[in-house]
Amino acid sequence: MTEEVVKITSRNFDVPQAHRLSVALERGAYQGLRKALTMKPDDIVAEVRKSKLRGHGGAGFPAGVKWGFVPKDTDKPKYLCVNADESEPGTCKDRLILQKDPHLLVEGIVITCFAIGIHTAYVYIRGEYHYPTRIFNDAIHEAREAGFLGKNILGSGFDLEVYTHPGAGMYICGEETGLIESLEGKKGWPRIKPPFPAVIGVFNCPTVVNNVETLSYVPSIIKNGADWFLKLGTPTSGGTALFSVSGHVKKPGVYELRTGTPLRTIIYDVAGGIRDDKKLKAVIPGGSSAPILTPDEIDVAMDFDSMMEIKSMLGSAGIIVIDEDASMVDVLFWLTRFYRHESCGQCTPCREGTEWLFKVASRIQVGRGRPGDLDLMLNLCDRIEARTICPLGAAAAMPTRAMIKKFRAEFEEAIQKAAATAA
Amino acid sequence: MQFSAETTEKIKQIRAHFPEDRRQAALIPVLHFAQKEFKALTPEVEELVAQTLNLPIVRVREVVSFYAMFHQKPIGTYHFQVCWNIACSLLGAEDLMEYLSRRLGIEAGEVTADGKFSLWGMECLGACSEAPVMLLNEELYQNLTEEKLDRMLKELGVKSDVYVPEARRTEFKSTEAP
Repeated sequence: MTEEVVKITSRNFDVPQAHRLSVALERGAYQGLRKALTMKPDDIVAEVRKSKLRGHGGAGFPAGVKWGFVPKDTDKPKYLCVNADESEPGTCKDRLILQKDPHLLVEGIVITCFAIGIHTAYVYIRGEYHYPTRIFNDAIHEAREAGFLGKNILGSGFDLEVYTHPGAGMYICGEETGLIESLEGKKGWPRIKPPFPAVIGVFNCPTVVNNVETLSYVPSIIKNGADWFLKLGTPTSGGTALFSVSGHVKKPGVYELRTGTPLRTIIYDVAGGIRDDKKLKAVIPGGSSAPILTPDEIDVAMDFDSMMEIKSMLGSAGIIVIDEDASMVDVLFWLTRFYRHESCGQCTPCREGTEWLFKVASRIQVGRGRPGDLDLMLNLCDRIEARTICPLGAAAAMPTRAMIKKFRAEFEEAIQKAAATAA
Repeated sequence: MQFSAETTEKIKQIRAHFPEDRRQAALIPVLHFAQKEFKALTPEVEELVAQTLNLPIVRVREVVSFYAMFHQKPIGTYHFQVCWNIACSLLGAEDLMEYLSRRLGIEAGEVTADGKFSLWGMECLGACSEAPVMLLNEELYQNLTEEKLDRMLKELGVKSDVYVPEARRTEFKSTEAP
């Protein structure tokens, strides 16, 4: 098990006061930045591309490739938006970076902005993260005082301002174009792509949107090199990932492991196995939008491509473990309640479809399910998916479909019981 | 109605984060300030915000009504926000919600008659490995149990099994002449 544990982004999580600059500096903070400022910006982008660093917000898009989409010959200002709107159910890792090691993120931001030629970065933090926001604001202040931010950073001639910006409690603002709309002071209604934010983003200017965890790997990639990072993970997905493990395990927590670590190892070795030694019933492997897995599917490697092969996804690597005592009827009720609440209302199939899914799932849960309800839900899923501007509709449809298909007997039983009671 | 000097200064600082012609970008932070100062984003507060940022009032209204953290009526002085998403519910969040509902004498989404307590069900709060969790105002509480909640309620003055509001809230004054 120990060979899976490699601490890069989580290396200061257990160090007391590591959020203070003095402690962070003792632990090697800003060494990656010092090296980066001696490099050519294009070489930094090339190094990150070579490292196969993928986006840890959920989509898994290669970070260096994304940076490469920003036009070089523009006279418009360019922006970085850091996505700290962590709200995918089951995911609790970006909070830890913000409050335990904020200088790691600041360093990642400065290197990224230097590489792309950005002079303003906004860190969009979800409104409910009151404490992490305070800690991160303090870190920005300390970094500025010490010359890691502001004008002429470390004498390099490079200028950068970093501002935090609060969300106000909507999951949709974690979608990159929803985030941009929200940052501009509007409803977080996602935009049609293309154009992609790299070309037209915030204030109609080229914009890079990266997740907190993604940027936090950048300093160590620059310090130790792309080859070092790539070798830690799989050939298509470099490095490590922060796995948030919750639900019915003995040791829930956030664990940094090599990408590609088998799900079984994470559940049974790293997180200590199922609570009270009960039997495993199901696992949500990558945040609630990821299709659920049954116990015979957990020998999969936890990386973006292996998860896609079994028609699920690594997503945000939020693993929710469910034991034999839990009811899948309840889980589906909680799941559909979430997407119904978070649908932004822009596209009819998602707005109406998530409402319907919730209504049907709730009537099954309270014992008023009707024959045909499961096929009705599957039909709804087909009518939502791929008919919307952003992926929220699909994020509701995919896990609903998987849950019904893999646990159909349990749902049928609940519906038959309802019919028997009614008769 | 106007902002305090302190809030006015904060608004000035926020506006400096954005290009001069992008004043709307300050809207969400300004609404957070306004809600803190005036307890709720009433039509009068919306108007003040619209004037301050020189925006049409509809731009303010549509944002207020879109975001879950903005309230058009005051919430409780002590605002319980219990996560009831999957990871928390697997570990008993719904029972904790029922427990709080019984002790406070209100349902999810309600405020006690005196305006002291309110109870909200929340979607994921991003602390799943410490489930079940809740926010009490801006503070996060992890690994909750009924015993922990009982101790917190006692500290907040809920001595009886079910809370009895101290008096009806007086913030809503009738606008009609006596």
